[in-house]
Amino acid sequence: MKIGTPREVIEGENRVGMTPESALQLQKLGHVCAIEAGAGVAAGFSDEAYAAAGVEIIKTAAALWKASDIVAKVRVPTDTEVKRLREGQTLISFFNPGGNEKQLKQAADKGATVVAMEMVPRISRAQKMDALSSMANIAGYRAVIEAGNNFGRFFTGQITAAGKVPPAKVLVVGAGVAGLAAIGTSTSLGAITYAFDVRPEVAEQVESMGAEFVYLDFEEEAKDGAATGGYASVSSPEFREAQLAKFRELAPEVDIVITTALIPNREAPELWTTDMVAAMKRGSVIVDLAAEKGGNCKLTVMDEKIVTENGVTIIGYTDFPSRMAAQASSLYATNIRHMMTDLTPDKDGVIHHNMEDDVIRGATVTHDHAVTFPPPPPKVAAIAAQPKKEAPKELTPEEKRAAELAAFKAQTKSQVTLLVVGAVLLLGVGLVAPASFMQHFIVFVLAVFVGFQVIWGVSHSLHTPLMAVTNAISSIIILGALMQIGSGSFLVIALAALSVFMAGINIFGGFMVTRRMLAMFQKS
Amino acid sequence: MDYGFTTAAYVVAAILFILSLGGLSGQESAKRAVWYGIAGMALAVVATLIGPGAGLWLLSLLLIAAGGTIGYFVAIRVQMTEMPQLVAAMHSLVGLAAVLVGFNAHIELNNVLAMGHDAREALTGFAALLAHKTPVEQSILRVELFLGVFIGAVTFTGSIIAYGKLAGKVDTAAKKLPGGHVLNASAAAISLLCLIWYFNTGGFLPLFLMTLCALFIGYHLIMGIGGADMPVVVSMLNSYSGWAAAAIGFSLGNDLLIVVGALVGSSGAILSYIMCKAMNRSFISVILGGFGGPAGEQMAVEGEQIAIDADGVAAALNEADSIIIIPGYGMAVAQAQQAVSELTSKLRAKGKNVRFAIHPVAGRLPGHMNVLLAEARVPYDIVMEMDEINEDFPDTDVAIVIGSNDIVNPAAQEDPNSPIAGMPVLECWKAKQVFVSKRGQGTGYSGIENPLFYKENTRMFYGDAKDSVSSLLAKID
Repeated sequence: MKIGTPREVIEGENRVGMTPESALQLQKLGHVCAIEAGAGVAAGFSDEAYAAAGVEIIKTAAALWKASDIVAKVRVPTDTEVKRLREGQTLISFFNPGGNEKQLKQAADKGATVVAMEMVPRISRAQKMDALSSMANIAGYRAVIEAGNNFGRFFTGQITAAGKVPPAKVLVVGAGVAGLAAIGTSTSLGAITYAFDVRPEVAEQVESMGAEFVYLDFEEEAKDGAATGGYASVSSPEFREAQLAKFRELAPEVDIVITTALIPNREAPELWTTDMVAAMKRGSVIVDLAAEKGGNCKLTVMDEKIVTENGVTIIGYTDFPSRMAAQASSLYATNIRHMMTDLTPDKDGVIHHNMEDDVIRGATVTHDHAVTFPPPPPKVAAIAAQPKKEAPKELTPEEKRAAELAAFKAQTKSQVTLLVVGAVLLLGVGLVAPASFMQHFIVFVLAVFVGFQVIWGVSHSLHTPLMAVTNAISSIIILGALMQIGSGSFLVIALAALSVFMAGINIFGGFMVTRRMLAMFQKS
Repeated sequence: MDYGFTTAAYVVAAILFILSLGGLSGQESAKRAVWYGIAGMALAVVATLIGPGAGLWLLSLLLIAAGGTIGYFVAIRVQMTEMPQLVAAMHSLVGLAAVLVGFNAHIELNNVLAMGHDAREALTGFAALLAHKTPVEQSILRVELFLGVFIGAVTFTGSIIAYGKLAGKVDTAAKKLPGGHVLNASAAAISLLCLIWYFNTGGFLPLFLMTLCALFIGYHLIMGIGGADMPVVVSMLNSYSGWAAAAIGFSLGNDLLIVVGALVGSSGAILSYIMCKAMNRSFISVILGGFGGPAGEQMAVEGEQIAIDADGVAAALNEADSIIIIPGYGMAVAQAQQAVSELTSKLRAKGKNVRFAIHPVAGRLPGHMNVLLAEARVPYDIVMEMDEINEDFPDTDVAIVIGSNDIVNPAAQEDPNSPIAGMPVLECWKAKQVFVSKRGQGTGYSGIENPLFYKENTRMFYGDAKDSVSSLLAKID
């Protein structure tokens, strides 16, 4: 099939939906590529480069739209462009389906299929075609560069012969893809970077990028970011208050603020209020990446750079990716190419629009004369849900009692059995043995019983001292020898004396060693 | 003094001994518990000396003092790593003493029986006790002292062999004379015949014959048990020495001997049970010798052992947040506990979570590792038992295995044909990285190949454990 890329018609848009490199890859999938003359010039790709990659150059946009089965472009199409769609044609581009009902309907009526790049679900498999992330990455990087461009000082702290330079302090609000890219760029330039996000679980990512996470003194039931596909959701008024109070505290300190807070399909929340701007130092810079959706700062003017009365520069550009068109185009074209790979599973140049596939279904907003937006939730969760803490199963009081009763019964049963057997054995011995033996035997049985009871309680780490102690006290055998040593027979005396001697070694040795060992155990 | 006082003293002594054992339930109370034991022993000896039947005080005291001096110096000098040998050697003394006391009882009994009625009335002490026995009681006495001598003799030779094996003076491999257990069984049968003979005649010959048999059983039984089972053997011998004392107590009619013998006996029995459970083996199979032959073809181990040098280990340690050290007998042999302790305090000073995982049968004696680590002043609250720490391995950055082998062998869980299949082991391979400090590539004590050494996240840190750990010390910053 023929994939065509027109020149972007919106003023100031430098990106292009196909690069010579991506065209080569697309051709490997069995497709034929075409491009409008001069489409890549603004991004640094000449028509010759495209031609060299085997791309057909088509003079006019109208001819290109007509010739192509698939149109791959960057920006949301203009009304003229939508009119050019025809039955069976596929359009791949950003489409803003949430706020673009009119075009959505138009496209559906015409029978065209529209794949909206911003609708690619955030699941691992689809990352390679997640154009929002690749564009946000560029925006975050560029935001820091723009800020640096408008900030009259170094990012990094230096001590030079000409004086000491303090490091710049950067606050990044919103640690999404753009925020993290901004953090990375800012820290690598040497600034002290703080970052804030309403999702406390990203603190780890923030810290891994080298920034300090700004924690709020606020207790709220932690929301699971996974439930919203990894995007932030609307926070409670109390939380917002705590957040603003923290920002007010930071405002006089920070030199550069980069706000990236966006909530899907909603107006951007106001996070950097007018009084915070007023509190900032002269020469500070605010870069508002949410300018397109009204801005995180109310003073932001979309697509413009303004300077407030107290000398704070506020940048409201919305075309950061376009300002790095070469990089942005190659990333975007690669995203498109990956989307085409998924759409052409057999690599034979035939599109198989599989609406059962999570990614394709999610990104497709019109198909087969019908509007297919919004998509059903993907079957695979974007982020593994945080494992719920296994709540110990609450037993009802009746169940508990029943379990206790059963355990008690079993215990009683085994104990009674043991006792009965023991008693019978004892009685059996008692029948034949004389009374004097039985006296000692009772003592013996009781002592064994006590021994079992006591030893089970001995701590594991003290088993060696236990052996040493029992060894020492087993030399109680000395008593026997001492009783015999008073005998009249010389042989008995000699043997008894030897026993006393050996037991003596054992007593002293055993106890000494035990004491030595125990003295060593110490708490930290 | 009369019986009343001695008996009262014995009751107090018995209670002190029970408290002494019970006090070992905690490290702090254990320090007090030893004093209870010492007091109990002193009381018992004094009460016996001034009680009926004792004579030759001066000789007795002199001998106790002489023995005590030797014991004291041995105890002071002994290295903590030599503790297993010492305990085994001391058991042999108790065993021998039991044999001798048993012989004495026999001799006295025969002397008393040879006397006329009037002479018997004039007797005092132990002999008088014997003299007042009825014929039935005399027969029971014979059985009791026979048992005492038998158990004592087994304990005596068994402990000597255990000592030899632990001290490395006797080959540690499981060895049996041709005939194996048949020899033991026939020796036991002869002993039984001797018992019947002795019961009827009361002559010295059967007693002596039985003693020889028992000595042989002790020797041959322990020779047949491999070195890795020594923790069980030592606690088993401990138990025997107790039962021997109890049997002698019966024959002498001394309740304190019976009580203490029973305490020691049951203590040793429980320890043996705990040890066997820790190795997932039945007591019988330990006693019957060595590791049983493999049930089938063991899984072949694939991969290779990858070595690492001190720099690599130190770098990993510097980066790790949580570290678990698994010491084994190798640490004791290399005397590496001091170096390990230093390493631990250095790492802890850097705020890392360093803990020790102790397998119940690590070392050659129950609790062996705890004692060594305590000697090196490792705080006991970071020394964990297997059950406490096994679940934490997946969250651990680095596990360091120092001189242990079988207790970290994954084959116990993975290979049903392994000789140690089913034995609970420390699951150190679940840590992100495992370093094994080991002398060389050989297999461990039990001679079983260890797949841990071939795992992808395992690195072998060859060399003497003490030198290896010391070389790390300089590199931790």
